[in-house]
Amino acid sequence: MIDLLWTTTLSTLLDVAPIVIVLGVFQFAVLRRPLARPGRILLGLGLVIAGMTFFLVGLESALFPLGTTMARQLTEPAFLGTAAASTDWRDYGWVYVFAAAIGFATTIAEPALIAVALKAAQISGGAVPPLGLRLAVAFGVAIGVALGCLRIVTGTPLPWCIIGGYVVVLLQTRVTPRLIVPLAYDSGGVTTSTVTVPVVTALGLGLAAAIPSRSPLIDGFGLIAFASLFPIMTVQAYAWLASTWSRWAKARREKAAVP
Amino acid sequence: MLRAFKPVQRLLGGTLRDLAPLVLVIGFFQLVVLQQPFPDLLEVGIGLVFVVIGLTLFIGGLEIGLFPLGEAMAVAFARKGSLAALLGFAFLLGFSTTIAEPALIAVADQAGKAAAAAGVVADRPEAIDHYALWLRVTVALSVGLALVIGVIRIVRGWAIQVLIIGGYTGIAVMTAFAPPEIVGIAYDSGGVTTSTVTVPLVAALGVGLASVIRGRNPVVDGFGLIAFASLTPMMFVMAFGAIWKHI
Repeated sequence: MIDLLWTTTLSTLLDVAPIVIVLGVFQFAVLRRPLARPGRILLGLGLVIAGMTFFLVGLESALFPLGTTMARQLTEPAFLGTAAASTDWRDYGWVYVFAAAIGFATTIAEPALIAVALKAAQISGGAVPPLGLRLAVAFGVAIGVALGCLRIVTGTPLPWCIIGGYVVVLLQTRVTPRLIVPLAYDSGGVTTSTVTVPVVTALGLGLAAAIPSRSPLIDGFGLIAFASLFPIMTVQAYAWLASTWSRWAKARREKAAVP
Repeated sequence: MLRAFKPVQRLLGGTLRDLAPLVLVIGFFQLVVLQQPFPDLLEVGIGLVFVVIGLTLFIGGLEIGLFPLGEAMAVAFARKGSLAALLGFAFLLGFSTTIAEPALIAVADQAGKAAAAAGVVADRPEAIDHYALWLRVTVALSVGLALVIGVIRIVRGWAIQVLIIGGYTGIAVMTAFAPPEIVGIAYDSGGVTTSTVTVPLVAALGVGLASVIRGRNPVVDGFGLIAFASLTPMMFVMAFGAIWKHI
């Protein structure tokens, strides 16, 4: 574990180095302006790097091995109770349940999403509650990963699903409150970083390998695309519901006020 | 010391709440569905403690360092008034953070193998590495370009829907012409490009710019940079697949 801590520190530093170089060059060569409170910002950067390192080491030694092993075990014919590998989508019930549950759970723990939710709450003056946004995104990822698994089992062509999804997203945009639209589009991209990608990828590859006539190399992809598409829908739906509900409640109050 | 303890307590409580679903899901499936005992319970326990410490430090560091830094730089760029410098910064930030992104390296390697299996690339390790490297450069360029377009949008105040509809249409059209073995990878590459350190910085930059420029609303105009950064890679990777096949 000490070894892992050391190699992860190095890889996190390598990961952050280009960002620090770009920031440094622009701060000192282009903007030529001293940083306000440099000590505090350096401390913050140090905490972020240390935090990422501990987080990744913990995930790699505790949760990823379990998650990936479970994804494999759940797709094995021995567990599914079928004689040979099955192509009937009804045989994979637990896979969909696991996909939805793990998609939800990893998204709630996703640091990038926490960051965006904090920022959104801060600038909207609390109008966008951080936990509400994160729950909406997590439900989106859960639906996305479960449907993505169903797609791998049934072998529906990926472009149809994704382009169909985009059409739904654009239709929803017409009725979504304007304030939330950019945030909803952003939440698609932030859901899948550190935590979600490895477990979800293992699930997709295991599933594609277990089903006859599916190639892991071609059919195993697409889960991440699903996991980034559905949060856009659920966040827009959440905002639409919230605004409709408050409009309806207001109308009812006004009606009650007029005797 | 006591004053510093209260926020730590708040952060720690939040972290524990954030991780509870993950522990419950894994525990339930391991014990009830798969009915397997936990391997190395001690190691899993230590790992969980590490995750809690890590997430707490990360969020603390975000509030102290990364958010103020991103906002301060956005304000400084707006005061300087040079659009070229701002766009150069946006491009380099996108390119440099993506080229080294571990999730992208993993996806590019798999894409190389998929291309070899489809017969587009010779089935030799150096040919596959060559393909994977150029794929990463392509995605990094596309993320740099996405941030440039996104920043121009904030400065000019364009509506996000127009750009997103254009992007989706582009993706739909390109899907029809792209080689089938690249389509799945292209769609997935959109999601993996934005790393955990990039997202807070980019969000702070966008929101900072939108709060400084007169007539922009930080909520409406500040977000959207990450959406572009997950959209352009899909187009660029499909274009890359099609071009690679024909040269």
